[in-house]
Amino acid sequence: MAGPGLHLAHRRRERPVSITYLEAIRAAQHKALTDDPSVFIYGQDISTFGGAFKATKNLSRDFPGRVIDSPISEDAMVGLAVGAAIEGMRPIVEMQFADFSSIALNQVINQAATMFWRTGTACPITLRLPSGGTPGSGPFHSQSMEAIYSHYPGIIVLTPATVGDAYSMLLEAIRLDDPVIFCEHKFLYYHLKEETLPTESLPIGKARIARPGKHATVVTYSAMVHEALRAASELSADGWEIEVVDLRSVKPIDTDTILGSVARTGRLLCVGEAFPWGGVTAEIISRVTSEGFHLLDAAPVRLNSKDTPIPYHPNLWSAHRPTARVIGEALRKMLKF
Amino acid sequence: MPPTAPAAPSTAFPLRERFLDAYRWMLLSRRLEEKITSLYHAGKIVGGVYLGKGQEAFSAALGMTLVQGTDVFAPLIRDMAGRLAFGEALLDPARTYLGSALGPMRGRDGNIHRGRPSQGMPAMISHLGAMVSVVCGMLMARRFQGRTGAVGATCVGDGATSTGAFHEAVNVAAVEKLPLVVAVANNQFAYSTPTASQYACEDLASRAEGYGIKGYSIDGTDLEACLRTFDEAIRSARDGGGPQLVVGKLLRLTGHGAHDDGSYVPDTLKHQPFGRDCLDLARLRIIDEAWASPLELEAWENEVIESVQTAVATAQKDPTPDPYGEKWQALASTWLIEGGSAQ
Repeated sequence: MAGPGLHLAHRRRERPVSITYLEAIRAAQHKALTDDPSVFIYGQDISTFGGAFKATKNLSRDFPGRVIDSPISEDAMVGLAVGAAIEGMRPIVEMQFADFSSIALNQVINQAATMFWRTGTACPITLRLPSGGTPGSGPFHSQSMEAIYSHYPGIIVLTPATVGDAYSMLLEAIRLDDPVIFCEHKFLYYHLKEETLPTESLPIGKARIARPGKHATVVTYSAMVHEALRAASELSADGWEIEVVDLRSVKPIDTDTILGSVARTGRLLCVGEAFPWGGVTAEIISRVTSEGFHLLDAAPVRLNSKDTPIPYHPNLWSAHRPTARVIGEALRKMLKF
Repeated sequence: MPPTAPAAPSTAFPLRERFLDAYRWMLLSRRLEEKITSLYHAGKIVGGVYLGKGQEAFSAALGMTLVQGTDVFAPLIRDMAGRLAFGEALLDPARTYLGSALGPMRGRDGNIHRGRPSQGMPAMISHLGAMVSVVCGMLMARRFQGRTGAVGATCVGDGATSTGAFHEAVNVAAVEKLPLVVAVANNQFAYSTPTASQYACEDLASRAEGYGIKGYSIDGTDLEACLRTFDEAIRSARDGGGPQLVVGKLLRLTGHGAHDDGSYVPDTLKHQPFGRDCLDLARLRIIDEAWASPLELEAWENEVIESVQTAVATAQKDPTPDPYGEKWQALASTWLIEGGSAQ
């Protein structure tokens, strides 16, 4: 520990040597609580304990009474947030795992999502969903719920893939006057690090070209961005230039950026970690074939997880979801056309 | 003050005044719902009609004991009386039932799914038990904002007490010691399901003990009992006594909706004391106590009928929603609407 400690001592205190995706989420909540007295956080084990993943570590110490432990009652957690939002608060709800938000589905899709349209009253709630698979997490601690929530009108669904987006998009989400599902990927929590937090960023609703290219486009989001980038690096050794589009938000989808990329490359591969039936990848292919059919030189392809529950054992899990290797194979096959 | 000074709250309770106020709200509710039912059978109503017949005393007593502008009231499908007593304008139900573009729901939702959330009355969704936690949140917000002294009340039936949402929310309210009043109108049927298939305890009020909150079990057809109990429960919640669970035993004197004749309700129940019509009972009590003259009663009846006719006639003249003028926008953040200005 002496090495890093010494290293830190030589730097300015407010600039950490590196910040993880998880720390960015914590920092965004800290800033939101600092900037806006109407923000509070509600969830299980989030107060003194700091949350199952420590995303709220020390926040209850710094903001007494504003980081509140809830009972294990996902329905009531979201219902309570909706009620508080009606009265001008900006609640953040931490679901312990995205998977458990299924218990709150009614409050999200019927209560929160219909509120503004039915009554004209805004419903600014942010639901943080620790999402996606990690080795050994199994069927009920690994799910990606973005397609379910995106299906319903009245909800914004965000899937940050970078430390910077985890920070800036969460801050922006809390400021929005609509219900936001914030899908933060657990696999990125500790793996992903950046030097500093961003001071400016793309707005919500805009996709990002994570890697420019000209032979094929991979449209993806969340943890799959990093698998796609690895695949693109590997293919570059053979001279293929793969463009990787990071959606950032899956509702709304930045169709213009996708079509622009496909216009440059003529080939489209969509990659998502979620289950294969319907969902974000199907939506993108539907839009591109409908609005940009003339841009395509080959049939668009999509990769998702297998159509089974998410397995527990790392051997099975790593074969269940798309990986850089599988993405690379799909790209090579597509590039033969 | 000498120790013998009278201080019992019962003597301070303005029974005659409250009773007569409640009676007029009950009457207004009954006559409005009768009018809406006849419009329904004439094919003039968009969607279903859900009636509070038999529950007006319980509902009105709650609604009129709350303070509009301070308190929160989340009514359910049989709370016309409570809504009006809380302060809902008569035009709101008329416009919503008749599909006016000018009502609070503007044709986007109908009948009992109406409200004005920013004015303390959230618009119920159809999923039972789901409004209880919303009221909890509205009360939590008041706590954060330092707005003290407010109470939040919500109504459910015996059916909603079987939902997970109800349990989760009442438990949250108990944990947070929120000033929540939950009124359970035990009207013996959830649509067609009798209470024997709904719960197995003797009295739903006994559940209060399990939550660690105060429970009340009353005759929901007895207006005086309703007024006194809600007065106590609301005062107790306002004074920091935490959540209150008030269960009123009564009978739904109608089908589930105007489409349902309720033929499954056995006659034996209709002849039970809780099967009596609370509006008739209240009128008889007023006559017995000579709290109002027959002339006054008749004048109220006429006033109510006239105001119902006026509201319905106004709503019938309103414009209906225009699909071409409708913005079809479900987000407040208009720049994030797909196919909108940013796309």
